[in-house]
Amino acid sequence: MSNYHLNYLEELEAESIYIFREVAAQFERPALLFSGGKDSITLVHLAKKAFAPGKIPFPLVHIDTGHNFPEALAFRDQLANEVKATLTVRKVVDTIKQRSLTEPKGKFPSRNWLQTYTLLDTIEEFKFDCCIGGARRDEEKARAKERIFSVRDEFGQWNPKLQRPELWTIYNGRIHKGENVRVFPISNWTELDIWNYIRKENIGLPSIYFSHEREVIEHEGQLVAMSEYVQPGAEDVITTKKVRYRTVGDMTCTAAVESTASTLDEVINEIISTKISERGETRIDDRVTEAAMEDRKKNGYF
Amino acid sequence: MDLLRFITAGSVDDGKSTLIGRLLYDSKNILIDQLEALEKSTKNRTDGSVDLALLTDGLRAEREQGITIDVAYRYFTTPKRKFIIADAPGHVQYTRNMITGASNANLIIILVDARQGVVEQTRRHSIIASLLKIPHVVVAINKMDLVEYSNDVYNNIVIDYAGVAKQLGLNDVTYIPISALNGDNIVDRSAAIDWYTGKPLLELLEEVEIDNDINLTDARFQVQLVIRPQTDDLHDYRGYAGKVISGIYKKGDKVTVLPTGIETTISKLEVGGEEVDVVFAPQSAVVQLADDIDISRGDAIAKIDNQPQVSNELEVLLCWLDDKPLVPGNKYYLQHNSRLVRAVVKQIDYKLDVNSLQQQPIEGNVKLNEVVKATIKTASPIVYDSFQKLNVNGNAILIDETSNATVAAVLIQ
Repeated sequence: MSNYHLNYLEELEAESIYIFREVAAQFERPALLFSGGKDSITLVHLAKKAFAPGKIPFPLVHIDTGHNFPEALAFRDQLANEVKATLTVRKVVDTIKQRSLTEPKGKFPSRNWLQTYTLLDTIEEFKFDCCIGGARRDEEKARAKERIFSVRDEFGQWNPKLQRPELWTIYNGRIHKGENVRVFPISNWTELDIWNYIRKENIGLPSIYFSHEREVIEHEGQLVAMSEYVQPGAEDVITTKKVRYRTVGDMTCTAAVESTASTLDEVINEIISTKISERGETRIDDRVTEAAMEDRKKNGYF
Repeated sequence: MDLLRFITAGSVDDGKSTLIGRLLYDSKNILIDQLEALEKSTKNRTDGSVDLALLTDGLRAEREQGITIDVAYRYFTTPKRKFIIADAPGHVQYTRNMITGASNANLIIILVDARQGVVEQTRRHSIIASLLKIPHVVVAINKMDLVEYSNDVYNNIVIDYAGVAKQLGLNDVTYIPISALNGDNIVDRSAAIDWYTGKPLLELLEEVEIDNDINLTDARFQVQLVIRPQTDDLHDYRGYAGKVISGIYKKGDKVTVLPTGIETTISKLEVGGEEVDVVFAPQSAVVQLADDIDISRGDAIAKIDNQPQVSNELEVLLCWLDDKPLVPGNKYYLQHNSRLVRAVVKQIDYKLDVNSLQQQPIEGNVKLNEVVKATIKTASPIVYDSFQKLNVNGNAILIDETSNATVAAVLIQ
């Protein structure tokens, strides 16, 4: 093996940096959709590297459901400050008011689906022509089919049957007015790649990714954190467990994993030996129908 | 650990998706909930078995029709390698999706149904592999269980295919008899195929030598954007961010900026904000030059003693990928890595029959999935190598300037 050889993480990093630079060069008003989770934190790290020693040339945009973990929000503000990026926050609760939308009901009222409205309004407000997202193709079957440059029509809709051929490393970001492109620079990374990269690059994460004590209720085999947004029934037992999060989404639709892993090494070892996929273990909202993600994407979702 | 990207190709019912499902399943890369979802969706099947193909067919329409429409990417890792699989549709109607999946592959697995042997689709997929210069070819002769694991059947197919490979100039071809459905020779050696002495598929994928797939001899770099922070401490900083397409660059190298032809020296190299002495393909880097030169996106930096070609008239092979036909004389955009220029298809010489490789006269317009030899004139010069010599610097796409669709894969001759 020659000295001029990249390992798989270096190759993935080079590819993602290349994609970031294409975005900055091809679009007039791109934005990075930032959720506060490990994937978007990794995106910010890659963007920093892509444009060093300059600043990240686009804002971080957070579509805030109002159901976030406070630890994730604090981390978001600190990170944006650290990389000197503009942070734009738009709240789903405002969209609900402005558009007279119906709040979801139930034990775990998820605003996940309503985020699409806020996202599309935000794109319209700032005339974003490109939104960078942290979706990975290993997460879910519909995502596995999506291009790295994914063109959405003026309603934000993905049309899986009309995807542009994406050849070699040539990314065609040309669009008509009103359309926008969703770009996924870490499409080819897996969950484990992200964790290994976080360890290699020493990237900081919100504390909830590591073992901590939390009040939870058990719902269909999944542990959901108690919070003001969750409405437990009489049959629910609230217990305190040592847990960590494998993904960070809304408090109402992200499940915790029972774990004592308090370091990156320990977390990675647990993920290597787990028998359940990331979405299957931690996303309550994806288990509804097999085509749930495809349907949401067709409606303009991330 | 390194990374191997491969594509699977075959006719509609050759069992591509089953093969991938089997690879993921037998290498323990399928998790419990994914398996449960699979069992749920196969509950209605009469034989009670799990349909591994449903693991990869992600779109509603695909599951409904039981076919693969678009490329699905799958990921798995063994202790030796990370793998990215492009599961591409086999049907002729979806050739453009196959080209999408094939364009980045180090290796192609061509599935042949043992009962059918080498068929038209096998030839077509092999021609695409040859056109796109995929370095490694594995011919997986599938459904061996349905021909009683016959060595004779296998041998005859190998002889047939060797003829195709020779005609197409495919050099690195390996043959494996398998049954994706039963898992024969996928991860473990098959007891039923005791006459086969080669490696099972996964072992082959883990061990195929891919280091030489990257050209480290001919140094090519293209500028994606210019980094100018214009802050107090970095007031005069001007770095050219881009990808090392091929080859190696060192600090102090004498280089030529193309297409202008101005010579200068590399004064500094950076990767991810850190200064380095050397950069190499396929790294993303920032290059600083000793002289102030006007350089913008799409310009190339090569070494003075090893230069690419510069021209605004290109002889090309075009794989047409759009539903609307190619109209000679129409204007398009040509995108060569990051360089975007206006272009016109001046002349179409002949059509390449993708089943026989014979040159045929053009009748009417060029339609979806056809491959033609053409001449393209560009509004400003392209800095390129022939696809045959250096594929990473010899490829491009055509974009319809009215629909913005990617309408053709361009292989520069």
